[in-house]
Amino acid sequence: MDYGIKDSIIAIVTTNRSMAGSPNSPVFYAENREEGERTALLIAKCTRGMVHDLLGGTYIIVRH
Amino acid sequence: MDKHMLLIITALIMGTAARVLLMKVDYRQYPTYPQSYLSHFTLGMIAAGLGAVAIPALVAKEYVAITFLTIAAQQFRDVRNMERQSLDNIEPTELVPRGTAYIEDIAKAFEARNYIATLTALATGLGIQLGMLIKIATSLSILVGILSGTLIFFGLKRLLRSHEIREIAEVKEANIDFEGPLLKINDVIIMNIGLKSAREVIKTQGMAVEIIPNDANGIAILSNIGQRQAILHNAATQLGIRKDVDEPDFTPIARRNPENGNVMMIIVTMAPDIPCLIEAVKKTPVLESSKRKPLDSTVGRKHY
Repeated sequence: MDYGIKDSIIAIVTTNRSMAGSPNSPVFYAENREEGERTALLIAKCTRGMVHDLLGGTYIIVRH
Repeated sequence: MDKHMLLIITALIMGTAARVLLMKVDYRQYPTYPQSYLSHFTLGMIAAGLGAVAIPALVAKEYVAITFLTIAAQQFRDVRNMERQSLDNIEPTELVPRGTAYIEDIAKAFEARNYIATLTALATGLGIQLGMLIKIATSLSILVGILSGTLIFFGLKRLLRSHEIREIAEVKEANIDFEGPLLKINDVIIMNIGLKSAREVIKTQGMAVEIIPNDANGIAILSNIGQRQAILHNAATQLGIRKDVDEPDFTPIARRNPENGNVMMIIVTMAPDIPCLIEAVKKTPVLESSKRKPLDSTVGRKHY
């Protein structure tokens, strides 16, 4: 069985410059929504995470 | 030939035949063919052998020999453990896992089928011995044995028959819709799909069904996560799936409507085919471990 932390936020991609990250989930700033979505997709592909849209130009990549 | 030998051989053949008849090589490919199939055939034969020698041992007043049957019980428990372990081991390699409840059910079925082999052999032996006791011709005794073995086999098979989802619920096509990033099936929120491209694929290639339980018992069964996972696994095995390990967006998912207990299920396959999906869902077995019958209790009847 696979034990450990599940459903963790791997990264945050946002157009909101005032958003602060934590050591566990780095923040990637994007210029606009399109760039944000693209970055989120690229991170998700590297980490096998899933992209969730929090609206307002923020995406989180979560490993379920 | 010695009469006891005749009894043992007939009972052994009947018991082994019972085990073989219960091994289906169908779409599930479980037991895996040919290696696992052969090992289960052999184990079935051993089970039948243990049942076959019980009556001659008793007739010969070798009462200690009955303790052999406890070895049989231990042996079959090991069969269950073996199946559970083997399925657990391959679980991470499945794109849509079976889930622990389904695994437990399969393991239990394998154990029970060995008991069927033993009991069929035992009943055959008993029939032949009874025939010999009332001094009818040997061929007639064997016939009596075969008949009683067959009767016990079909009786047990009927007893162990698993129910299907179609008996506890209705399955209907459901509507897929998005509210911003939120995927909704018949207005029940399922999950948040962040990528536009993934939303487009789900819209065009996704299939959704609503599973509507017939009564409170059905609601309780479908609320079980293991049962829902078994439905998803069965559907994915038969219809195929459009995802790989790095595409969690297309993971089939079954969520419950908390208002009425209906289950909304979505799956993305390479070619959508709703009637086939409905058929696959309907034919999924109701797991023994997720069976609940609240309507059989006084409180349940009062409540619903």
